[in-house]
Amino acid sequence: MNELASRAQTLQASIWEWLEAIPDPEIPVISVVDLGIVRAVEVSDADAEAARCTVVITPTYSGCPAMGVIAQDISAALRQHGLAEVAIRTQLAPAWNTDWMSEKGRRNLQQYGIAPPAQQVVDIRGISLRRQAAPQVQCPHCGSMQTVCVSQFGSTSCKALYQCKDCREPFDYFKAH
Amino acid sequence: MTHKTDYVRRLGDNVLVLSQRLSEWCGKGPALEEDMALINVSLDLIGQARLWLAYAAELEGAGRNEDQLAFLRDAHQFHNLLLVELPNGSYADTLARQFLFDVWHYFLLEGLCESSDARIAEIAQKCFKEVTYHVRRSTDLMIRLGDGSEESHRRMQDAIDALWMYTGELFTTDALDQAMQADGIAPDLAELQQQWQQHVTEVMREATLQLPAAGLWMQGGGKQGRHTEHLGYLLAEMQFLQRTYPGASW
Repeated sequence: MNELASRAQTLQASIWEWLEAIPDPEIPVISVVDLGIVRAVEVSDADAEAARCTVVITPTYSGCPAMGVIAQDISAALRQHGLAEVAIRTQLAPAWNTDWMSEKGRRNLQQYGIAPPAQQVVDIRGISLRRQAAPQVQCPHCGSMQTVCVSQFGSTSCKALYQCKDCREPFDYFKAH
Repeated sequence: MTHKTDYVRRLGDNVLVLSQRLSEWCGKGPALEEDMALINVSLDLIGQARLWLAYAAELEGAGRNEDQLAFLRDAHQFHNLLLVELPNGSYADTLARQFLFDVWHYFLLEGLCESSDARIAEIAQKCFKEVTYHVRRSTDLMIRLGDGSEESHRRMQDAIDALWMYTGELFTTDALDQAMQADGIAPDLAELQQQWQQHVTEVMREATLQLPAAGLWMQGGGKQGRHTEHLGYLLAEMQFLQRTYPGASW
C-alpha cells in the first residue's frame, strides 16, 4: 500500500513536469503551468500499466478559444507519456487570476515582448464602475516607463494594447485580471 | 427545478444574442481599436453564454447540450430581453445599447455572485470580472461621445431616446423572477433598478445628455418569448450551419 502511494506521488510529480512542457497555444513562451491554469493533478491506479489521471484546469477568460486546444494538448501529451486514461475537468471557482502566474512565466513573457501584469489582483467588487487609471507598464523592448495605454482590449482577451513613448514601439500588455 | 432551468436559460439567451449582434461588427468597426474592443466583448459574452447554457442543459436533463440549446431552438423559445436583439444601427446605437445593458449586467452579476445556487454563484463570479471591463469602457465612451462634438452628442442622444422604451423590461418582475428571488437564487430587480438608475443618471449628466422622462411607456415580452421581428433574422444567420448540416463539427 505504501509503495503504491509513493508510486502515485512520483507519477504525480512527473505529470506536473510533463505539463510544464505544454505551451499556451496563443502565447507559446508560457506553459499551461506557468500561466496558472492547472489547478490540480489527481492520480488513481498508479501501478504502471493502467494509471489514470485527472487534470483540473480553470479557464482564463470565459470566451478564451485556447481552452479547448489546451485540453486536447494536455490529453495528447499525457497519453504519449504512457498514461492509459486522462480526464480533464474544468473548474470555475475560485476564478483564475494573474497572481497565479509564475515568476518564470512573467520573465518569459517579458523576453518575448509582452509586458507581464504590473499589478497585484485586487477584489474588484464594490469598486468604481468608472475607468481606472491605466497601470504604469514598462516597455518590454527598451525598458522605458514612458508608456501609454492605447486600448484596454488587445489582440486576445487577456491583453491590452500599449505604446512606448520613447522607442515608439507598440506592445501587448498582459492585463492584471 | 424547472423554474431554475428557465431562469438560467434566460441568462444564457441574453448574452448569446448580444454576442451574436456584436460579432456583426467584426472587421467593420470605425477604428481598429474599437473593432477589437467590441469583438473582445462579444467573445467574453459567448463564453459566458456557453457556461450558462451548459448549466441549463444539465438542469433540463433532456440529453441536450449547450450547442443544441443555442442552435436548435426557434425565436419563441428564446427568452432574452428585447434590448439585446435590436439591430446594431449606427455605432452610437450600438454603444448606447451596450452601455444600458452593461450597467444592468454588472449589477445583476454582482447580485448573482451571492446566489444560493453554488453553480450560479461560481459562473457569476467568473463573468463579473469580465463585465467590469465592459461597463468601464461603455461608461467612458458615453461621456466622451455625449460630451464630445455637436454631431456625436446628437447621435448619442438620439440613440438613448430610441432605446429607452426597451429598458423597462430589464426590471419587470414576472412569476419566474419572483420565484428565483424567493429562493435567494436571483437578486431583487427593484433594488437593481435603483442601482442602475443611479449610475445611468450620473453618467448621462456628465455626458451632458438628457435622461428621458420618467414614466414613459415601455416595451416588453422578450422574457416570455414574444420578440421583435429582428430576432428571427439573427437566429437564421447564427443557426444556419447546424440547421442545414445537423451535428456538423470540425
